[in-house]
Amino acid sequence: MLHKPSLSRRMFIVLNTLLLTLITVLGIVPFVHLLSISLSSNTAAMAGEVKLWPVGFSIDAYMFLGEKVEFFRSLWVSIERVVLGTAVNMFLVFITAFPLARPNSQFKYRTVYVWFFAITMFFGGGLIPTYIVVKNTGIMDSIWALILPGALNVWNMVLMLNFFRSIPRELDEAATIDGAGYWRILWQIYLPVSLPSIATIGLFTIVGHWNAWFDGILYMNSPDKYPLQTYLSTLITAINSQMSSMSPEQLKSMENLSEKTLRTAQIFMGALPIMLVYPFLQKYFVKGMTVGSVKE
Amino acid sequence: MKLLRKEFPLHLMLLPGVILTVIYAYGPMAGLVMAFQQFEPLSGFFKSEWVGFDNFTYVFNLPDFNQVLWNTIVISLFKMVLFLVVPLILALLLNEVTRRWFSRFIQSAIFLPFFLSWTVLGGVVIELFSMDGPVNGIVKSLGSEPIMFMLNNDWFRGIIIGSDVWKGMGYNMIVMLAAITGINATLYEAAEVDGAGKWKQMVHITLPGIAPIIILLSVLSLGNVLNAGFEQILIMYNPTVYEGADVIDTFVYRLGMFSQQFGPAAAVGLFKSVISLGLVSITYYAAYKYNNYRIF
Repeated sequence: MLHKPSLSRRMFIVLNTLLLTLITVLGIVPFVHLLSISLSSNTAAMAGEVKLWPVGFSIDAYMFLGEKVEFFRSLWVSIERVVLGTAVNMFLVFITAFPLARPNSQFKYRTVYVWFFAITMFFGGGLIPTYIVVKNTGIMDSIWALILPGALNVWNMVLMLNFFRSIPRELDEAATIDGAGYWRILWQIYLPVSLPSIATIGLFTIVGHWNAWFDGILYMNSPDKYPLQTYLSTLITAINSQMSSMSPEQLKSMENLSEKTLRTAQIFMGALPIMLVYPFLQKYFVKGMTVGSVKE
Repeated sequence: MKLLRKEFPLHLMLLPGVILTVIYAYGPMAGLVMAFQQFEPLSGFFKSEWVGFDNFTYVFNLPDFNQVLWNTIVISLFKMVLFLVVPLILALLLNEVTRRWFSRFIQSAIFLPFFLSWTVLGGVVIELFSMDGPVNGIVKSLGSEPIMFMLNNDWFRGIIIGSDVWKGMGYNMIVMLAAITGINATLYEAAEVDGAGKWKQMVHITLPGIAPIIILLSVLSLGNVLNAGFEQILIMYNPTVYEGADVIDTFVYRLGMFSQQFGPAAAVGLFKSVISLGLVSITYYAAYKYNNYRIF
């Protein structure tokens, strides 16, 4: 800037900064409120005294959480799901994208396969038929019910495919001349150069598996097989179904019964892993978004 | 024969993905035949009785169906408009921020809820709008009676729309910001030399510069008219607000999983899938024509 900004410009900058700060604060307040309830004494939380900071500070809810069997059991299911699910997803994305990234001259049936996968992005059987199919394949109530139905994420596969396309052709032409087959090219050339893409897609896959809750409701018959988010969802739907059949007075006493601090502590723990890694990996989160969204 | 042997590894790589897609994507599509059956889980797809279009007539004549369809369209239209307007305003405001760390920080904060699950966000929203939550705290301090937000059809619909915008606005904001950053800087310099102020620069350079992206985003969102946000509504609603917030997906879920009316539920699902497919085909064709947008 060569010249000094005008008065109106400076006023705009101040107002703009204030406005954006306000929006950000409004976006963060709900989480602060949740955390404050979980860190308050049970009586203060029940009486609805807690607003932005804890009233009668207490970590009882978290101490109690430490002994809550349901919480740790479902946490373990979630960890299992994230590890196993991400491994399966990434393997399939990688191994499926490779053949589809070949030029038509190298792979005669490429277009047929591309359409075969692409159709599933635009048309699906929907909830009920999918449920019946999963039931008939005999994986209900096992961890595979949470992994196999969505094992090949076509959208991620397309991202990977587009990345593979950007790898210089000379690289695998040289390898072919040296006598390497497709498997060797896949593992020894494509895998090392695509690690950044794998990391980005993997991050999204991990978050997706961690956050998923509805398939747990659908495919798990016994609550001790619920992943964490599914278990949390039962805490929330329990309040909802009670809430709608009550008068305001009853509503107040019901909230007393529902162990508000413990519930909020558990919900907060469900968000904590993502909140912890998010600031450090934000670059990858944003990259993953913009890679897929707009292509010129 | 030689060609087949050369391409054999490529087919082999695709095999796991193809098998899973046949079972869990094409299986349910085939399972849609149940929409034309008096489906009994024990008899399966092959032995259930065929009833033609009876399921469709039955469902379309249910007293709730029109309301459900109306709710779906209203909620998703509001979301579609706000998902364009709010991120656009945020992106324009952020673009005027000169300090990079501040811009980065605001972006991260706005983007965070995108990565959290609906169980966590639903729990947060329910605490926020509960009878003695912070929002009612403000209502009371203004001298009004507390409002039962989660039990009032109009308020609840607004909360559904608002909280989804809160969760998702970061995505379009990042995409639009990226587009703004891509505008040629010399255009602004030339405008400045010609004496155009910041406002004129925004109207005549920034907005036309990102118009293609805005059109692309709106066109692509049209395919979602019948997706009003299943997981979000399912975790937050209760029977009292069915009238204002029950949408096609939640309706199908209850019809199928609770009433065990698999045939009619699949019929609604098929109805939705066919309309969505039509819309998506039209919009992708339009996006391709207008913007040369392709997913492959």
